[in-house]
Amino acid sequence: MNGDVTVVGLLASLLLIGVAVGISRWQRLGLEGSILVAVGRATGQLLLVGLGLGLVLADDAPLVWSWLWVLGIVVFAAVTIQRRAPAIPGLFRVALTGEVLTAVLSFAVIFGLSIFPLEARTLVPVAGMILGNALSAAVLAARRLVEEFTDKRDELEARLALGCSVPDASRPYLRVVLRTAMTPQIESTKAVGLVFLPGAMTGLVLAGVDPLDAVMVQLALMLLILGGVATVSTVVTLGAGRRLFTPDERLVPLLREAEGGS
Amino acid sequence: MPSGEPLFTFDDVSLITDGQTRLDDVDLAIPDRAITVIVGASGSGKSSLLRLCNRLEAPTRGVVRFRGEDLAALDVHAHRRRVGMLFQRPIPFAGTVRQNLRVAAADLTDDEGAALLERVTLDGSFLERPADRLSGGEAQRMCLARSLATDPDVLLADEATSSLDPEATRRLEELAAKLRDDGIAVLWVTQEPEQIDRIADHAVRVTAGKVGLA
Repeated sequence: MNGDVTVVGLLASLLLIGVAVGISRWQRLGLEGSILVAVGRATGQLLLVGLGLGLVLADDAPLVWSWLWVLGIVVFAAVTIQRRAPAIPGLFRVALTGEVLTAVLSFAVIFGLSIFPLEARTLVPVAGMILGNALSAAVLAARRLVEEFTDKRDELEARLALGCSVPDASRPYLRVVLRTAMTPQIESTKAVGLVFLPGAMTGLVLAGVDPLDAVMVQLALMLLILGGVATVSTVVTLGAGRRLFTPDERLVPLLREAEGGS
Repeated sequence: MPSGEPLFTFDDVSLITDGQTRLDDVDLAIPDRAITVIVGASGSGKSSLLRLCNRLEAPTRGVVRFRGEDLAALDVHAHRRRVGMLFQRPIPFAGTVRQNLRVAAADLTDDEGAALLERVTLDGSFLERPADRLSGGEAQRMCLARSLATDPDVLLADEATSSLDPEATRRLEELAAKLRDDGIAVLWVTQEPEQIDRIADHAVRVTAGKVGLA
């Protein structure tokens, strides 16, 4: 198999979407609209990305186009994080810092140590995988932070009232947030190969690459993704956590209802 | 410090949070070394008055002073350690009673911990107990011991007996009187006017964000 998917093949894969819509109607889940919107958006977004990538990855395209693509990913990720937890003041800047730091550290390792050559073909997909996973972890961290600080507001104020500094008062709750943000990636790293085959490896195998070579690429990426998730989770949790206090160490009002939907 | 200087002074203090006026142009002097009962209905602004004293809120307008000094100019950690606070419901932290006390005083020895517990009529064996398994009255007294671990000059009690049974309420009122006798001023917020008769040296009534004599 060479990994080519025809339009007919793509339409055939919609059969299972029909099953999902059928189950939703049968069980009255009310998810039919969401499923169809998700399929439509994914199709449109990926087609656009495919067209864009075609231009960026063309043989004669300068590398700067790839860097601009990466910049777009970073900014879009920061905007998304901010939208998912609008109750946190100034979250965009924190998220941007986290995504930039994750990108800088990851690229320094990947390209600085020549794990992959620095070219458009590697830069854009690697950035997408690392920053995409970082985005999921950062959203999880930000939303959990709002929940934790709302649920534990009384405890936080009781600690402040005892004269604890903001870092001391918030430390037990930030630990919970960090664990929540990092655990999914740690668990999926543990289960990789046993339960599921990850995306890059699957793609390479489908494209006809030797499975052991595909494993080496995937391992390098997974370790970098885990590092990226740890980096962005820490930056967002600590940075956003501090922004939930005023400069004179009072908790800012937090309304969980103000959070954005998914 | 001249004798008779107020403990807290509110000069034209207003507090607006979430678009609502909690306190409106309050002028008030709270005396030192006494129990001042602040009485008022739910939502009247009495808890806001107390939270301003611990700097959990900052005034929107006006100045709150502690022994003559503008609260905003004082070190917030040092001030909060001088002004302990008990909340409406007991708020035990995760862990044992010993760990709870050490949140307030990291170097606290077991002897010091047992002495603190004794002050609130709990015995030293409570140090080992998980704080979240105490009864309501025990938990509130543990919280009082935790507040006393910072050796405060003042205790702020925000409806601290509202979730307690009559026996536990009586015990906490007696403890408040004992603290006053030990030289610790007490600001006691309540919805129950009967507590004025039982423990108050002075009383203040808060109605819709305005303050008057009770």
